[in-house]
Amino acid sequence: MKILSPLILLIILILIAWVGTALAGLETLFGLVIPYVALILFIAGFLYRIYYWSRSPVPFRIPTTCGQAKSLDWIKRDRFESPSNLFETLIRMAMEILLFRSLFRNTKAELKPGPNLHYGSNKWLWLGGMVFHWTFLVIILRHYRFFLEPIPFVISLTEKIDSFFQVALPILYLSDILILAALTFLILRRIFGGPVRYMSLFQDYFPLYLISGIVLSGMMMRYLTKTDIIKVKQLSQSLIHFDFTVPSGIGAIFYIHLFLVCVLVSYFPYSKLMHMGGIFFSPTRNLANNSREKRHINPWNPDVKIRTYHDYEEDFRDKMIASGIPLDKD
Amino acid sequence: MSWKTLSREKEKMNDLFKIVIGLVLFFGLFSIPFWAGSSSGGNGPEIVVKEGTEACVESKEFMRPNHMHLLDQWRDSVVRDNDRVYTNASGKHFEKSLTKTCLNCHSNKEEFCDRCHDYMGVKPYCWSCHLSSEEQI
Amino acid sequence: MADGNPKKADLAKSIETESLFLGGIKPDKEWTELPVEFKPGNFNYPTKPDIIEKLGFPNPRKWTPLDEDWKLPENWKEIILQALKDRLEKNRALKLFMDTCVRCGACADKCHFFLGSGDPKNMPVIRAELLRSVYRGEFTRAGKILGKMVGGRKLTKEVIKEWFMYFYQCTECRRCSVFCPYGIDTAEITMLGRELLHLLGVNINWILEPVVNCDRTGNHLGIEPHTFKQVVESLVDDVKEITGVKVNPTFNRKGAEILFITPSGDVFADPGIYTMMGYMLLFEHIGLDYTISTYSSEGGNFGSFTTPEMMKKLNAKMYMEAERLGVKWILGGECGHMWRVVHQYMNTMNGPADFLEVPVSPITGTPFSNAKSTKMVHIAEFTADLLKNEKLKFDARRNNHIRTTFHDSCNPARAMGLLEEPRYILKRVVNNFHEMPENTIREKTFCCGSGSGLNTGEYMETRMRGGFARANAVQHVHDKHDVNTLTTICAIDRVTLKAAMDYWVPDVQVAGLHELVGNALIMEGESERTEDLREDELEDFEQGEGKDE
Repeated sequence: MKILSPLILLIILILIAWVGTALAGLETLFGLVIPYVALILFIAGFLYRIYYWSRSPVPFRIPTTCGQAKSLDWIKRDRFESPSNLFETLIRMAMEILLFRSLFRNTKAELKPGPNLHYGSNKWLWLGGMVFHWTFLVIILRHYRFFLEPIPFVISLTEKIDSFFQVALPILYLSDILILAALTFLILRRIFGGPVRYMSLFQDYFPLYLISGIVLSGMMMRYLTKTDIIKVKQLSQSLIHFDFTVPSGIGAIFYIHLFLVCVLVSYFPYSKLMHMGGIFFSPTRNLANNSREKRHINPWNPDVKIRTYHDYEEDFRDKMIASGIPLDKD
Repeated sequence: MSWKTLSREKEKMNDLFKIVIGLVLFFGLFSIPFWAGSSSGGNGPEIVVKEGTEACVESKEFMRPNHMHLLDQWRDSVVRDNDRVYTNASGKHFEKSLTKTCLNCHSNKEEFCDRCHDYMGVKPYCWSCHLSSEEQI
Repeated sequence: MADGNPKKADLAKSIETESLFLGGIKPDKEWTELPVEFKPGNFNYPTKPDIIEKLGFPNPRKWTPLDEDWKLPENWKEIILQALKDRLEKNRALKLFMDTCVRCGACADKCHFFLGSGDPKNMPVIRAELLRSVYRGEFTRAGKILGKMVGGRKLTKEVIKEWFMYFYQCTECRRCSVFCPYGIDTAEITMLGRELLHLLGVNINWILEPVVNCDRTGNHLGIEPHTFKQVVESLVDDVKEITGVKVNPTFNRKGAEILFITPSGDVFADPGIYTMMGYMLLFEHIGLDYTISTYSSEGGNFGSFTTPEMMKKLNAKMYMEAERLGVKWILGGECGHMWRVVHQYMNTMNGPADFLEVPVSPITGTPFSNAKSTKMVHIAEFTADLLKNEKLKFDARRNNHIRTTFHDSCNPARAMGLLEEPRYILKRVVNNFHEMPENTIREKTFCCGSGSGLNTGEYMETRMRGGFARANAVQHVHDKHDVNTLTTICAIDRVTLKAAMDYWVPDVQVAGLHELVGNALIMEGESERTEDLREDELEDFEQGEGKDE
């Protein structure tokens, strides 16, 4: 149910775009209106989510230390696993965001007869995650050729590297193959991965299917049913310059691709995909482990009634005298 | 303001500052197309074809997205099978040759091929072997 | 062990055969459909009504988790939802931990309770989903409309029971947060979950009674000042008997340079008392000008397992007492959650400690700049500095009968990064030291299975399941290197691991780091040492020609 229903939703979305453009000819709706709406939903949702998070304070400094803290001078400390200042924290964050440091630690526990627990290295998820996220980024960067005129060097360079092998015509992008492989892995591990399947929800499958749909429709346009990309760029240029014109005859497959992208973009800020922003906010990672060195402020530090020494002494005066414990008031 | 509220405010501003920096960076990079690049892209490239020439081997709608495949097939069949004649959708015959057939009409590489290729950032490797007509002269 | 607790062989078999989930075989029901069944051994006794009244907490009553009706307040649902809303606005971590989880599964097999029970609700991700599902179902639009489809559910009395079961099957050890790519910390979720349950009067006596005691008498056990002093003095007598040296602790002495605070478990509980003897021998050895407070006679803080307010209330005594006695700085003993509070919360809650000075070791002159604001130093930092500067006379051969491994306590490891100091000390004072397997130590260390206030007698089955992962790693070094001692720097560990070792690896004893330091110290004017601090015979070796200093 959780596995199939998001797939059905994806098929419905594809049909909507196909019927809307191929049969009903609503190209203005799918080419102009929906992309703008999606963009607005994205920006508004993203900003709101950041606002929603940031309006709550960080009352305590609670980094998870994953290495030796700064201590005595001669003790070798682990600067980036237990950072003690802003710079070290930034490096820790960069490793987390760019290299998925924590996921790289992953182990797999196995229960052997005895019972005995064994912990093996388990880097597959890390690898799959890295490949997926990085190729996704490369693909987004490549698409900037539709949005920029003239096309900047970095974008052409990305594309050049991505088409390194010069296989097929048009040249097969390495990122296309890698992202398909990564997506397949990520989907299969959810479906067949015991505990992961057990914990997975509708919203864990849906983005994976949706992105797969986007990738496949994009690849179809490039490698199979051809699309006039000059017209596509004219449309994207018209979108960013608010010209509000839609070139005719681009073809339904393109509108399916575009519509799925719009769905992804508008869904993004309202879903778990906001982990992209969330990772920057994680208080167990983005704070330096220096709470004994520098006082962290809690804006709602509660006022509590504390039992004073005075009251304590009053209660135990006789007993304290008898056992020779010094008193404040004799 | 007391010392306590002051340091609270400072902490809050510091936090806010980092968040705003992050947002500016993110939205700044992601919105590059809106503020960088020229506004002329919407019209698409203008291409020039030699005047007084006949129709192309196939329709314009077909040629635009498929010319690379056609050229690829031509090359393979000429080189591998010595098959030099192309019959189009309406039964007309053409010689399978980039320089003799295509460049006959599309004689100006810069004003024809390059315009679109540059517009889309495509760098075909036709010209690493073939010479364009201008270069032949 | 009380009657009715499973035998080791039975529990081992149960772990081996029932933890199918580890092998990828999933239960036939979704976790939301799995029933919550309380039975003796899987819950802690609820708080006695008079304790709740003393704390001023709501809904004091007699009840047990076995009851069908938990006698919750009438508007229980409203209370929880309002409180959850309130806490979300007060703590960014909660919002993030609710929103960013992608259920990647990296945390699933990192929890010691999951490894020892195979219960899917003990996977950290699902423990968080217990709360997250309610957050979705009651607070988010998608969850309200689509409900179960998107993992949202309504808050019901059944959910409250489930929370009680599983937020008290988490020891706030933070091991999962080491592996989470977003740093989601289940300890935060558990702390919040328990905080919410307090509002309904759903809590356990073992945590709240110590809180009440600590407030009144200064320590968890409720020991009054004269008895506290008496007990420490009886340890002084024991030290004299064993070493021939009289150590001289003082109590509530104004003008001392240093206030020493350690968990009361070190004073009262076997084997913590040997660690206490070790501290006193060390301080005598270096002639430290220190005092012990009866008013602030507890390093631990069961308030930290309760609410932020209660944590602050109990912790405040440390600074208040340091100020009253006019000491320069505070030295803290070996303890786990105590150091979570001292390192990550104390300064924020009860600081700034302007009346204290930046800690400087009076013996070596080393400033502890890493504690320059909180002004409290961990004894392992203090002793490591003494050893490095060769200020101690000791003979490690006096520990030759000890073959030890080191258990990183959760909080010093994952909330402080105190990993090398205790190892440095241990390697100097003991000749036989062997590490447990790599994935079970340092930041990946396993909890004792009974932390965060769960070390009750009635909870043995759950505790032994929770302690299995730790014990299994000890078993490994016991088999391989004949290790007979598990050294640790946590007072709760010393009690709970002793139970876990007695159960799982009976040949291994549990010791404190400073117990072993005390064993090795060559005291001025000592008599010939034939026994260690436990009065166990030392191995034969030629005294007086120590290979060390």
